[in-house]
Amino acid sequence: MAPKLPIYMDNAATGRCDPRVVEAMLPYFTEKYGNSSSRNHKFGWEGEEGVETAREQAAALIGANAKEIIWTSGATEGNNLAIKGAAHMYAKAPEGQPNRGHIITAVHEHKAVLDPCKRLQREGFEVTFLEPKADGIITAAMVKAAMRPDTILVSIMWANNEIGTINEVPEIGKLCHEREVIFHTDATQWVGKMPTDVERDNIDLLSWSGHKIYGPKGVGALYVRRRKPRVRLEAIFDGGGHERGMRSGTLNVTGIVGFGKACELCKAEMDRDGERLLKLRRKLETELAKRIEVTQVNGHADKRLPNIANISFGFVEGESLLMGIKDIACSSGSACTSASLEPSYVLKSLGVGDELAHSSLRLSLGRWTTEEEVDYAIEKITKAVHHLRQMSPLFDLYKEGVDISKIEWQTH
Amino acid sequence: MAYSDKVIEHYQNPRNVGSFGSSKEVQTRTDVGVGIVGAPECGDVMQLHIKVSPQGIIEDAKFKCFGCGSAIASSSLATEWIKGKSVDEALSIKNTQIVEELSLPPVKIHCSVLAEDSIRTAIEDWKKKNGIASTTQATAAAH
Ligand SMILES: Cc1ncc(COP(=O)(O)O)c(C=O)c1O
Repeated sequence: MAPKLPIYMDNAATGRCDPRVVEAMLPYFTEKYGNSSSRNHKFGWEGEEGVETAREQAAALIGANAKEIIWTSGATEGNNLAIKGAAHMYAKAPEGQPNRGHIITAVHEHKAVLDPCKRLQREGFEVTFLEPKADGIITAAMVKAAMRPDTILVSIMWANNEIGTINEVPEIGKLCHEREVIFHTDATQWVGKMPTDVERDNIDLLSWSGHKIYGPKGVGALYVRRRKPRVRLEAIFDGGGHERGMRSGTLNVTGIVGFGKACELCKAEMDRDGERLLKLRRKLETELAKRIEVTQVNGHADKRLPNIANISFGFVEGESLLMGIKDIACSSGSACTSASLEPSYVLKSLGVGDELAHSSLRLSLGRWTTEEEVDYAIEKITKAVHHLRQMSPLFDLYKEGVDISKIEWQTH
Repeated sequence: MAYSDKVIEHYQNPRNVGSFGSSKEVQTRTDVGVGIVGAPECGDVMQLHIKVSPQGIIEDAKFKCFGCGSAIASSSLATEWIKGKSVDEALSIKNTQIVEELSLPPVKIHCSVLAEDSIRTAIEDWKKKNGIASTTQATAAAH
């Protein structure tokens, strides 16, 4: 059966809000619209009840206590609050002085981690940006080797948003706890898809976002450990002192209710969704590799999320490939698809050559992806790659046996 | 990014895709000029082959392109425009004309520059092979 077009395969960017989530949110727009901080009327109590139920649901998804959940506007804010908040709280020297402490992160983190770290660098903190090997994974051994006596914070994402690779987070957490270093993980792509337990996995700070777990956009949560150790953060927003003083501002009650519901659904359906998506992702990868020569799946073969496939098709440029599969919504690591003229820095960090980075597609599956859609994508991508290779000068050179990397190109 | 209808049309039905032989074969053919510009790591490579009569008329042109849709359309259009022209007429084609014809947005102007470069480079190659003095500057504008 032909699937309904266009097909959505960009779930790592954002996803559909589950209708059950929307339903849970609706009363909070028009009926239960009170400010959850209003303590002296029914409207306020209803709002508070919605928020606190959601807090329980969010905490349950990651094995935390509800008191350890701080509401945010998304993972960008969660990362900023965790990283800047911890650095400023645990700084070894006051503002304006050098040697304020050492932070460890990795080069292929999301910009919402990299940019706060770079700002801290300008503020007198030292930052080590770990570099992965070709498999894209950050190991506990890498973090251990970078640790210093003045290390105050480690921030390593759980799963990468472009290639889906899974870092050694529980092991890194254990190491941090042994050394009494605060450990933050950007778990935006992980939580809701994979089992998470902040106790077992040794996590102090964990950020995630509603719109990546079939919830609404513009709402997220930050887990802040309360005991062993009790983690403190310097707030970014000054104001009414909401959220234990860590995040002032009237709560987005409607969004939070939706976030909570989305967490509850993920907890219940994670195993089934994950198994199904892993089968579909494997089919996509193996069938494409079977049909198209010089195809490379980027990142570790197995240590990857079930829903993200990042594949390079040699000798064709990613943006032109997207044009050829315009019924399939997905993204590319090609420079042409980004605001900068650089190809994906994530793929580059794995040592994927610029040329193969330009040739990459990220296909990310989700709760509503069907096998028919995957079959359609396989056919369509195969056709488009062949169409483009037939006009690719690089493919000709490859066929002639010429080593493209040895040619002196007129770079510009 | 939204493409103009003309870019989409060239992408779907590129004109004059092909070559006049392998990279080795065309090196020794004096009736063929070869222009290869761009670089794989930059995300675009254009290859233009022109077949030129002894009188300096471009009798045929073929392209291959690794690049985005706008790059493909620019090179496809370039082959259409230069076929039947004298080399001097072909050299007068400006990238701005390509921009206009294909309604390229500012971020895609470099595609048109590459197409202009490929014409120039192919003609230079033909001239060199035939002992004709160059009339243009050897290198195109930086981009
Ligand atoms: C790994 C990762 N971190 C952070 C973010 C930012 O999340 P948000 O859009 O909720 O701010 C994203 C989403 O783009 C992500 O994939």
